[in-house]
Amino acid sequence: MPYEWIMGLAGGGLIGVAAAIFLLVNGRIMGASGLIGGLVDGSGRHDWRERAALLAGLFLAPALLVPFMAGAQTHLTNNWGVIIIAGLLVGVGTRLANGCTSGHGVCGISRLSLRGIVATVFYIGAGALTVVVFKHGLGII
Amino acid sequence: MRIFVAFVVGSLFGTGLLISGMTDTTKVQGWLDLFGDWDPTLAFVMGGAILPMALAWAWTKGRRPVLADAFPARPDPRVGPNLVLGSTLFGAGWGLSGLCPGPAIASLGFGGTGGVAFLIAMLCGMMIAPPLRSRLDPRPSPV
Repeated sequence: MPYEWIMGLAGGGLIGVAAAIFLLVNGRIMGASGLIGGLVDGSGRHDWRERAALLAGLFLAPALLVPFMAGAQTHLTNNWGVIIIAGLLVGVGTRLANGCTSGHGVCGISRLSLRGIVATVFYIGAGALTVVVFKHGLGII
Repeated sequence: MRIFVAFVVGSLFGTGLLISGMTDTTKVQGWLDLFGDWDPTLAFVMGGAILPMALAWAWTKGRRPVLADAFPARPDPRVGPNLVLGSTLFGAGWGLSGLCPGPAIASLGFGGTGGVAFLIAMLCGMMIAPPLRSRLDPRPSPV
């Protein structure tokens, strides 16, 4: 099995363990868009400390580890138009759908939630279509 | 204590995203690139994450969380226009950039202004979503 698949499985396992701890200890769903969105639109004001602590860890742990991981890199586009439009779409879409890859994908599918499965089918389908059109069709990304 | 646990959970989440390669936008776009150079890594990440969570859900039956009164109730199974349209818009943005909300924060550590711009745009999108949500489907939203 290729090295990248093994790292995917290991990293995925860690994400699943994190979500399991949040559920079993704090009794909450580890959904990134819901945790962030609740801080932005005010709906999560009552538990903002818990949300902020999780997001601080989500930012700090990788930031501290990046210098020690030779292979770790990112390749975000330099096209500012694409960055802004993509960010807006991700923000609006995840809040309309009440979840993203962590909430619907990991936490929803694992409890066989119909909403989680439907959301995942639609966002993967839309993502694949977007890559076909904007990469292979228009050559923008 | 709940706040400390949340910080540990976030740190594990971020570390998992980093070592699985999900903070690399080309790996995510490679998974979505069915007609190009397809990269199946994301399926392994999802599989690896869903397995411990499925065990956790099974364990919740008849029990209570350590630091809370109850586990989250099963969501309303209704599939409405908000879910379908929202997921489609999200998928389009995810395909364009290779970033979803978790990795958008976890990858800020790489530096660069693009990630910050993406985050600001995403937060703006999140602010304009609630009025749109009630317009599309006036029934109370299932959280």
